[in-house]
Amino acid sequence: MAFPHRPDAPELPDFSMLKRLARDQLIYLLEQLPGKKDLFIEADLMSPLDRIANVSILKQHEVDKLYKVENKPALSSNEQLCFLVRPRIKNMRYIASLVNSDKLAGRTRKYKVIFSPQKFYACEMVLEEEGIYGDVSCDEWAFSLLPLDVDLLSMELPEFFRDYFLEGDQRWINTVAQALHLLSTLYGPFPNCYGIGRCAKMAYELWRNLEEEEDGETKGRRPEIGHIFLLDRDVDFVTALCSQVVYEGLVDDTFRIKCGSVDFGPEVTSSDKSLKVLLNAEDKVFNEIRNEHFSNVFGFLSQKARNLQAQYDRRRGMDIKQMKNFVSQELKGLKQEHRLLSLHIGACESIMKKKTKQDFQELIKTEHALLEGFNIRESTSYIEEHIDRQVSPIESLRLMCLLSITENGDARCSLDTHYGPEHLLTFSNLRRAGLLTEQAPGDTLTAVESKVSKLVTDKAAGKITDAFSSLAKRSNFRAISKKLNLIPRVDGEYDLKVPRDMAYVFSGAYVPLSCRIIEQVLERRSWQGLDEVVRLLNCSDFAFTDMTKEDKASSESLRLILVVFLGGCTFSEISALRFLGREKGKREFIFLTTAVTNSARLMEAMSEVKA
Amino acid sequence: TTTGLIVFFQSGRPLGAGVRLGLGLRMNRTKGDEEEYWNSSKFKAFTFDDEDDELSQLKESKRAVNSLRDFVDDDDDDDLERVSWSGEPVGSISWSIRETAGNSGSTHEGREQLKSRNSFSSYAQLPKPTSTYSLSSFFRGRTRPGSFQSLSDALSDTPAKSYAPELGRPKGEYRDYSNDWSPSDTVRRLRKGKVCSLERFRSLQDKLQLLEEAVSMHDGNVITAVLIFLKRTLSKEILFRELEVRQVALRHLIHFLKEIGDQKLLLDLFRFLDRTEELALSHYREHLNIQDPDKRKEFLKTCVGLPFSAEDSAHIQDHYTLLERQIIIEANDRHLESAGQTEIFRKHPRKASILNMPLVTTLFYSCFYHYTEAEGTFSSPINLKKTFKIPDKQYVLTALAARAKLRAWNDVDALFTTKNWLGYTKKRAPIGFHRVVEILHKNNAPVQILQEYVNLVEDVDTKLNLATKFKCHDVVIDTYRDLKDRQQLLAYRSKVDKGSAEEEKIDALLSSSQIRWKN
Repeated sequence: MAFPHRPDAPELPDFSMLKRLARDQLIYLLEQLPGKKDLFIEADLMSPLDRIANVSILKQHEVDKLYKVENKPALSSNEQLCFLVRPRIKNMRYIASLVNSDKLAGRTRKYKVIFSPQKFYACEMVLEEEGIYGDVSCDEWAFSLLPLDVDLLSMELPEFFRDYFLEGDQRWINTVAQALHLLSTLYGPFPNCYGIGRCAKMAYELWRNLEEEEDGETKGRRPEIGHIFLLDRDVDFVTALCSQVVYEGLVDDTFRIKCGSVDFGPEVTSSDKSLKVLLNAEDKVFNEIRNEHFSNVFGFLSQKARNLQAQYDRRRGMDIKQMKNFVSQELKGLKQEHRLLSLHIGACESIMKKKTKQDFQELIKTEHALLEGFNIRESTSYIEEHIDRQVSPIESLRLMCLLSITENGDARCSLDTHYGPEHLLTFSNLRRAGLLTEQAPGDTLTAVESKVSKLVTDKAAGKITDAFSSLAKRSNFRAISKKLNLIPRVDGEYDLKVPRDMAYVFSGAYVPLSCRIIEQVLERRSWQGLDEVVRLLNCSDFAFTDMTKEDKASSESLRLILVVFLGGCTFSEISALRFLGREKGKREFIFLTTAVTNSARLMEAMSEVKA
Repeated sequence: TTTGLIVFFQSGRPLGAGVRLGLGLRMNRTKGDEEEYWNSSKFKAFTFDDEDDELSQLKESKRAVNSLRDFVDDDDDDDLERVSWSGEPVGSISWSIRETAGNSGSTHEGREQLKSRNSFSSYAQLPKPTSTYSLSSFFRGRTRPGSFQSLSDALSDTPAKSYAPELGRPKGEYRDYSNDWSPSDTVRRLRKGKVCSLERFRSLQDKLQLLEEAVSMHDGNVITAVLIFLKRTLSKEILFRELEVRQVALRHLIHFLKEIGDQKLLLDLFRFLDRTEELALSHYREHLNIQDPDKRKEFLKTCVGLPFSAEDSAHIQDHYTLLERQIIIEANDRHLESAGQTEIFRKHPRKASILNMPLVTTLFYSCFYHYTEAEGTFSSPINLKKTFKIPDKQYVLTALAARAKLRAWNDVDALFTTKNWLGYTKKRAPIGFHRVVEILHKNNAPVQILQEYVNLVEDVDTKLNLATKFKCHDVVIDTYRDLKDRQQLLAYRSKVDKGSAEEEKIDALLSSSQIRWKN
């Protein structure tokens, strides 16, 4: 089921442009501080930076030494310091302590802070409070779209999830709107827009404002991408909480893919070294297995290995000239393929080992039972035992959230006994984000609401309810699942080799809710007939469509759909939609996400650590 | 339910191993052949080093540059001609320096132009410098270590030579002091990241209008900017009162206060809002920032009695009690360990301090180091169990893991032995003996021990599975004998070592005339 060459598929826009833009802009910013300088880079920015530039480029622009921004005194003796950071308070404090200790020592240097993707007023306020406003110059590096693959753009902002869905801070909405604006200037306007979720709607409105303000820039351009679909992560937590079983998702769950690359340890490379490997469409072997259910991967790899062997074997009986040709033309490709093949086989082995050890089969069975809503008692006791055995706090939390959302009730066990009392705070966070649902939210909520509405003075009376929506969020998963047919009825075995629907990404047990919504809306080209679903999703005010009567849109462009995940998307969702695109009328999905996520990342984002 | 994964686990494993084996072996041979070829042939000049890699990279870069040209040329418009580039590659150092120098005393418009030029949309339309930096091919892995020096690799701590050039005035310092922007204009300018004075919004009504504009624009950064101003210019009572009915703004303020660590104002706010539970949690959260164990303990004491939910209250109390205990145990054990007189500490030095560990870890620790202590001591497992009402299952699991790790099989035995009123002993495990077996196996228990517990598993299938998995041959053989399953016993014969006692035992059974086999 690999998707190697699809002659019928529409051509994808060339996103490599984005990398070039980001790099040029960074160079421009570095040149704003002429002369030799030391560059301090925030750890979270290093991998994205690695993807668009390298040291020699930085050196060319007179960057002398590179440092990581960490809580240590800087050893740099350079006269010019440049900081490349995310707009975070702790970075400002770090810079302030550095500048202030220079001041105390009577030392004058030039300092420049480059915020990526943008600066925040709160950061400037800290600079002002620390008395270094004016001593440092500030700039913005609007690097907010990193093409991780031909069809995947990441904003590399994992904090988006916590900031918005837990804290209700809308600081990244402008960043999203700017990114969308950039895309429309480069690739033309989007004739058909759809969206669901409060954040999606706000981002959309802000983006529209931007376009109006800078009217004319996109006018007259032919749209390259016909549809855009914005979706909030909290519309579908369930999918993101599930264990992944397509290869790319499984690799992410097991080894953590970071910024499009993965560190394969010695157990995978079967040497004493770790290897950093880029995982994308360029890796021919990976490209053919990334979307496959894991159970198909072995067969594929062994077939591939046999073919490779045959290729190598051809050189028996070659004369010296043929051999020369073989060596100069084919050997390199074969060696490359061999290298990739053995890496992925090593990865599979390692995954197998780990999964067998943690009783993956039982785990999957429990998850499926939860999704389908049967054997709840058994699942609950499985989860309890899971906790008792101290398998991993993140896993246990994840299962509890899954139980809670699918069953619409508080599934809290005495987790803090086992994993440290700080989990008290994690629970409180999970509840606020709607990942754990309260057993009886109704009464408390109405009480608060009525109290507040008495005090309401502004016209936005309705908005008060929105503000409480996350508090109130009752998960209606079971009802939604029924309405949207998320659990396929299967007679006999679900053939994972020849998947019939998107459920294959979860072994045929469950169609990802997010992807089903996208499918349904695109089919209808509206939300018509989905009112009940939208209501159950608590999104009645936040489901929108906007179609411009754009006759310039070519049929080619109408086959391209950009899906924007606000708060992160998983590789399983990406695989499911790639499948959908191929199955349903030769379409192609492009993904823009605030970050690639998975269940562990969601859970970790909710835990509380010291400031 | 679907069983896709189960299928995979049953069929996948041997296949996977096969692939591995096949590829590994055959590839090795191939590699050998390859070397042989090189050593025997005279074509040594053919090497695959970086050179042709570089060449293909160059070609690719060129192609990429060419493909960009269409785009660049298409969008060249008059607007940009007005700016004096004079053919010099934009983005080069010389250009940049000239620009900053030329602009240092220039007008507002000039600045604005420079700024907008820097924005993505217009920057895309600039002619590109083509030669200075190579376009390494996109979506390409680092094929060879060293050919691509990664940033993370290059971070160094070595001090550098100092060098101080002239610097133009950074554009970030550029301000706009205009005083007559309307609230909506002001908010829009703030969104664009411009520094913009809010001082003229002095009446409460103006301030609130500003806030409302910010909220309706959805940009959290601007909302926070306005809140910073409001926080500075309004008394907290008024600020809180107004925010109580503006939930979006309120959430931004709460997050802002958390981030900058203004705990005092945050607690005041929660108090004002009557959000007692959040107040309590927020206060409790501070303990994370206290390193010193005694201070942390004292701090936790202040948390006890705060208005948490009933359930949380109990946990807070436990947290305090636990840390109190840990401090006592830690002091005592550190002393014992350094004195070097206690065998257990000499044989198994502590890997870390017990301070701030979760309860279960503490229980494990005490089962490991203080198992035999009387209930009266703070460090005894039984005392912990009672104080913190640890459920039986949990206790047994933890004690088992700890004693098995020490290979104290007698303790393990005692853990599951109960005496009834007649004095008969009986084996009982609240967690199920299959779990016991797994834990023992994880701790490398010898077969004799494992066997004993596998035998206690009640379900025959589970017992057979475990016995086969952990190579408890006697159990397997006896079970098949009891089942009178000759076929299975025959099949199992091939799994034991030739000439071993097990094989003998099987042979003896198979030839026994006492057993009435069912097959």
